[in-house]
Amino acid sequence: MARLRRTMMYVPGNNPANIMGAHLYGADSIMFDLEDSVSIREKDSARFLVYYALKNLDFGNTETVVRINGLDTPFGRKDLEAIVRAKPDVIRIPKTERAKDVLEVESIIAEIEEKAGMEVGTIKLMAAIESPLGVINAFEIAKSSKRLIGIALGAEDFVTSMKTTRSKDGLELLMARSQVLMAARAANIYALDTVFSDINDDEGFIKEVELIKQLGFDGKSVIHPRQIPLVHKVYAPTEKEINHALRVLDAIKEAEEKSSGVIALDGKMIDAPIVERAYRTLELAKASGLYEGDN
Amino acid sequence: MEIKKIGRAGTVESNDISIVIEPSDKKDIEVELQSAVLKQFGRHIKALIIDTLQSKGVKSAYVKAVDKGAIDCVIKARTLTALYRAAESEEYVWEE
Repeated sequence: MARLRRTMMYVPGNNPANIMGAHLYGADSIMFDLEDSVSIREKDSARFLVYYALKNLDFGNTETVVRINGLDTPFGRKDLEAIVRAKPDVIRIPKTERAKDVLEVESIIAEIEEKAGMEVGTIKLMAAIESPLGVINAFEIAKSSKRLIGIALGAEDFVTSMKTTRSKDGLELLMARSQVLMAARAANIYALDTVFSDINDDEGFIKEVELIKQLGFDGKSVIHPRQIPLVHKVYAPTEKEINHALRVLDAIKEAEEKSSGVIALDGKMIDAPIVERAYRTLELAKASGLYEGDN
Repeated sequence: MEIKKIGRAGTVESNDISIVIEPSDKKDIEVELQSAVLKQFGRHIKALIIDTLQSKGVKSAYVKAVDKGAIDCVIKARTLTALYRAAESEEYVWEE
């Protein structure tokens, strides 16, 4: 079954209390940050802390992600030397603008995996797209590497480059969101939406999550544990949707038993996209605790 | 590794430990520890700091540590950060 990535929670990499408890809030993924949330003077200490946390702590089934510093900084290569050996599930590349940004990171990771006696290709990648050039090159980035499991839009830098600011309705991000999402879908990888910075504005946050879910995003980066259940609630299917999904799968089963070629439900033909949606609905229902079946 | 100057790392926030490593005239590693759990874990924390430093070839150092409930991997991370800073080294060696 495909992994759900409804929520990816940022965890500042130099804060032991935040790191230790990060997996307790139910996020699908936790992202230990070595980049923007860590001051230049503490890059070394955050690297040591995240490295030993990953080597020693058990984060259960939560996906572990580490955001490294860019290779164009003095820290990026040093981050990789440490973090690859600590074996997170995913390394997230910041400020990706071209396919070669991914390929450079990939080749350094492969080199380190080999040196460390690890199986080459174990660690997956995620690329954050945070500039107009990155958005324009989104598809080239999305299909650049077999390790790449998803792309994420980072809106704060993006809107600054676009000479605008973020608004509640997100009109200024519509083009970027659509393009990043379409690139991800065309490359068959995940698409994650940007953060919503006002942790006290639940109403605005929920509205934004509803928007990005409707556009088709797999999930959203979150900056505070209180945002996690709000996203999961928006992504939880309704009872009607769950029942429909179950009926679709029952109809398929019945047709298979009867060796019937054409499958119909309530007079409507069931084709592959409907079946795929039914499976996804049930995955989300299971993750939301609304369904416990085997499908 | 050789301690060349004072190296500091960590904070006194909850679940963290502040470590200050200084050069010493003595031929061993001395640790002065403050911790709310000194009676229960003091010996363990001191031994972990000393082991971590010895694993990097440190023979002589004076360490001041203020513990705020750090777990072992945090103590190790902060001790090594302070050591590399004190040794003015960026030749990190990561365990496989």
